Amino acid sequence: MIEPFVPWREIRRMEREMERMEREMDRLFETFFPRRRRFFEVEFPPMNVWTNPEGAVVTVELPGVNPEQIEVSVVGDTLTLRGKRVAEDLPEGARYQRRERFQGEFARSLQLPFSIDADHVEAQYENGILTITLPRAEADKPKRITVQAA
Amino acid sequence: MAEETRALQVREETRPARVERPRRVFAPAVDILETPEDILILADMPGVNQDNIEVTLEKNILTLRGTVQSHAPQGYDLDYAEYEGGDYERTFTLTEDIERDKIEASIKDGVLQVRLPKAGPARIRRIPVKAAA
Repeated sequence: MIEPFVPWREIRRMEREMERMEREMDRLFETFFPRRRRFFEVEFPPMNVWTNPEGAVVTVELPGVNPEQIEVSVVGDTLTLRGKRVAEDLPEGARYQRRERFQGEFARSLQLPFSIDADHVEAQYENGILTITLPRAEADKPKRITVQAA
Repeated sequence: MAEETRALQVREETRPARVERPRRVFAPAVDILETPEDILILADMPGVNQDNIEVTLEKNILTLRGTVQSHAPQGYDLDYAEYEGGDYERTFTLTEDIERDKIEASIKDGVLQVRLPKAGPARIRRIPVKAAA
């Protein structure tokens, strides 16, 4: 049976085909280079977001950064992380044979699904991992409303 | 581009990761620097401290291995992830002599630094050029 030609449907079909091929490529790539993932996947620095009803914790892989050079700021429901990762002081006459580590300035923003209690945000840096605790603003927490019997 | 001063080469081993390990193993991003006196390797290993890092040199195979202690916050669920927990391992072959006794390794803020001093012959020798009389 010949289907009528519907342009958007064709486009959607092509998109699906492209997605399928993309997944196939990813899978193949994974097969050949299983360990080679981290470098080019996400923007520096990679973050994980953990939540519970009381707030969120953001953990950031940020090795080799002076904690004083990390700027954490919170406005409303958005967390912004800025900083700079500078090269170690190179010895005289040093040359790079290989250079994979990120260097330079970074700035990332993350929007959370709730307003943050900016006064109680805490950030801690240990072994190259930055952990930011972001409590949910009291005003943003759900209130339980008692249903009264008439 | 390269000057003729590259006396030592560090080549990466392409041995596959040990797949039987229960945890994922990642290759840490590295910078390799060479100076006339030594080779310097910097490896990003966030979450690793000096108690769970292992640097070994067997024959000419240098292995960097770091074990990560979970830093998952208690009482929270992971909602969004850009990195995965796992250990680090990367292996290099050193093509020339290194002064084995003088290898130094240190880790700070999740960055491992390994200094491999070149052994005698690999160092650059400056040959004085005498002017003809």
